[in-house]
Amino acid sequence: MIAADLAPLAVVLPFLGAAVTFLLIRHSRAQRAVSITTLSITLLIEVVMLLAAPSAGTHAVRLGGWEPPFGIVLVVDQFSALMLVVSSAVSLAVLIYAAGQGMADGDEDGPVSIFHPTYLILVAGVSNAFLTGDLFNLYVGFEILLTASYVLMTLGGTAPRIRAGVTYVVVSVVSSMLFLIAIAMIYGATGTVTMADLAVKLESVDPATQMVLHLMLLVAFGIKAAVFPLSFWLPDSYPTAPAPVTAVFAGLLTKVGVYAMVRVETLLFPGDRINTLLMVVALLTMIVGILGALAQSDIKRLLSFTLVSHIGYMVFGLAISSRIGLGAAVYYVAHHITVQTSLFLVTGLIERRGGTANVDRLGGLAKLSPLLGLLFFLPAMNLAGIPPFSGFLGKLGLIQAGVELGTPLAYVLVAGGVLTSLLTLLVMARVWNRAFWRSPADAEDPDPILLASKADGSRVGTSRHVTGDDTGKFAGKDPVTLLPGTMTGPTIGLVALGLALTVLAGPLFALSDDAAQEMLDRTPYIEAVLGPGADG
Amino acid sequence: MTVDITLIVLMAVFFAAGIYLLLERSLTRVLLGLILLGNGANILLLAMSGGGGKSPLYVAGTPPEDYTDSLPQALILTAIVITFAVTAFLLGIIYRSWVLGREDDVQDDPEDRRVADQPSYDYEDDADIAADTTEFSEPDDDASATSDAGGPAAAGARADRPGDAR
Repeated sequence: MIAADLAPLAVVLPFLGAAVTFLLIRHSRAQRAVSITTLSITLLIEVVMLLAAPSAGTHAVRLGGWEPPFGIVLVVDQFSALMLVVSSAVSLAVLIYAAGQGMADGDEDGPVSIFHPTYLILVAGVSNAFLTGDLFNLYVGFEILLTASYVLMTLGGTAPRIRAGVTYVVVSVVSSMLFLIAIAMIYGATGTVTMADLAVKLESVDPATQMVLHLMLLVAFGIKAAVFPLSFWLPDSYPTAPAPVTAVFAGLLTKVGVYAMVRVETLLFPGDRINTLLMVVALLTMIVGILGALAQSDIKRLLSFTLVSHIGYMVFGLAISSRIGLGAAVYYVAHHITVQTSLFLVTGLIERRGGTANVDRLGGLAKLSPLLGLLFFLPAMNLAGIPPFSGFLGKLGLIQAGVELGTPLAYVLVAGGVLTSLLTLLVMARVWNRAFWRSPADAEDPDPILLASKADGSRVGTSRHVTGDDTGKFAGKDPVTLLPGTMTGPTIGLVALGLALTVLAGPLFALSDDAAQEMLDRTPYIEAVLGPGADG
Repeated sequence: MTVDITLIVLMAVFFAAGIYLLLERSLTRVLLGLILLGNGANILLLAMSGGGGKSPLYVAGTPPEDYTDSLPQALILTAIVITFAVTAFLLGIIYRSWVLGREDDVQDDPEDRRVADQPSYDYEDDADIAADTTEFSEPDDDASATSDAGGPAAAGARADRPGDAR
C-alpha cells in the first residue's frame, strides 16, 4: 500500500459528496458542510499523493482488478499529482467563496440548491481526467465535467445565460464528438484504448494514419483548451455565468484540455512532426487573445480573453517539447490555474462593491477598499509577469527554452511571448487606472453604490452593511454586507497561493522539471501500467 | 479486420446530414444535427470492432478470433447514455430559450455588438494630454483645465456624463 493507491478516492469522494448533498437538497447548511468537508479531505489525500510522488515514481492503479490493457487504470505521476493538488485547492477556495456569497446575501437557498452536487461532480470529472490512463475513460471524464459545467453555466436560467449556454453546449458536444470519432479510429488502427498500450502500438502504425489520428485528437482537445482558432466560444460564454462558476471554469476546464494535449504530445505521439504547427498556433493564440482583451471594457470578458491568450504560453512550452520547455509549461499551468481563478474571484468582489464589472462605470475602488485593490493588484501583476511573481518565472523558463532551441520560429515565438506579456500589463493597467485609481465621479454613469456617502460625507465602508439603496442590485433586500469575510477570505487564500508559487518556485520547478523528464522518457509511464520490459 | 460497407455508408450519411443541420441557425435543427453526429460516431465505433462473430461467452475450445469484439459495444453503450443525457439537457435549454424570448435561433451577444460599436477614439487613453482627474482641484479649475488640455472632444465627453455633478 503506497500513497498513490489512494488515487481512486480523488474521484470517488467528490461523487459520494455529490450524492449526499443531493439528498440534503433542502438543507443548505448541511449541504455546505458536506461539500466543503469532502473537498478538504480530497485535497488532503491529493497532497499526500503529491508529496509521495517524487520518491514513488509513476504508479498505476488497476480498477476492479482488471489487468491492463483490458481494464481501466488510473496513473499517478508527478504531473497528474501536481495538477490534482492545484485544481482541488482552487476548487475548494471557489466553493467556500460561492457558499459565502449565498450566506452573505442572507439567502438560505443561495447560490442554488443544485449548485453543490453539480460542483462536486465537476471536481470528480476534472480529477478523473487528470488521473486516467485510458483514452475512453478520459472521454468519460471530459463528459462528466462538461455535463456538470452545462448545468453550472445556465444556473438560474436567465436569458443571457441561456444564450451563452446554448453556444457553449453545442461547441463542447461537437468537440466531444470529434474526440469520440478519434477514439473509434484509434481503436480501429490499434485495437486498444489504454494509453500506455497505445504508446507502444501506435509506433507501428502507418505514419500517415498516425498523423490523422494525432490531428483529430489535437483538434478535439484544442477546442476544449480554447487554442486559437478554436477559441471563439470561450469569451462568448464564460462571462455570463455567476462569478464563482466563471472562476472555476477559467481555472480548470481549459487546463484539462491543455493537460490532455500534453499527454497526447508526449505519450501517444512523441517526436516533433507537428511542432511547427503548434508553434504557429501558440503564437496566434497569444497575440489574438490579448488583442481581444484590449478592446473589452467588461472585466469578466477582458479576463476571458487574457485566459485564451495565456493558453498560448502553455502550447508554446509544449511546442518546444524540450525538457526545459515542457517543465516550464507544467509550472505555467499550475501558476495560471491559481492566478486566473483569483482574478475572476476578485472581479466578483468588484462587481459586488462597485455594482458593475464594466470598467467604464467603475472608479475609486482603491480608496473605497484598499484590500480589494491589493487583491486585484497582486494577481494582475502576477499574470502580466512582473518579477518576482510566478508568472515571470514561468515565462522566463519558456523564453529560455525558446532561445535554447534557437530556430528562427522559436525566436519569433519568444518575441511574441514578451509582447503578449507587455500587452497583458497594458490591459491590467487600464483596469487598474479606471476601476481603482480614478475618482468614481469621473466614471461614466457610475453605480449609486460607488458614490454613496454617509451623513458626515465620508464614504460607506466596504465591510459595513448598506441600506436604503433602491436602485442597485441589492434593492429590496435586508442590509447587505458588500465584502463579507466568507468571500474575501477564500480570495485572499488564492492570492496567497499564487504568491506561494513564487516562494516555493525552487522545489516546484524541480518537480515540474522531473515531471517533464518522466513524460519525455515515456518508459516509466508505460512500465508502470503494462509491467517491466513492455516498452518494445 | 473486416469492414461492413453498409455501416460505413450509413455513417457517412449520418455525418453529412448531421453537419448540414449543425450549420443551421435554428436550435432545434442544431440539436437534430448533434443527435445524428452522435449516432454516426457510434456506428463508426461499431464498424471498428470488425466483423460479427460468436457472442463473447466463454466456451472451452473456441479460438479467440471467432468471438465478436465486445469492447466497442461497451464503449457505444456509454456513448449512447452520454449523448442521451446531453440531448435531454439541450432540449431543456432550447425550451427555456423559447419560453424566455420566443426564439429558436442562435442569438447574438449584445456585449459583442456594444464592443463592435464603440468608437476607436477613447478620450481617456487617446487625448493629447490626459484629462485631469485629480480629486484635489476645485470643480472650476477642473473644468477649465480639461477643456484646455483635452480639446472640445474631451470637454464634450465630460459634460455628457451624468455622474459628473459633485
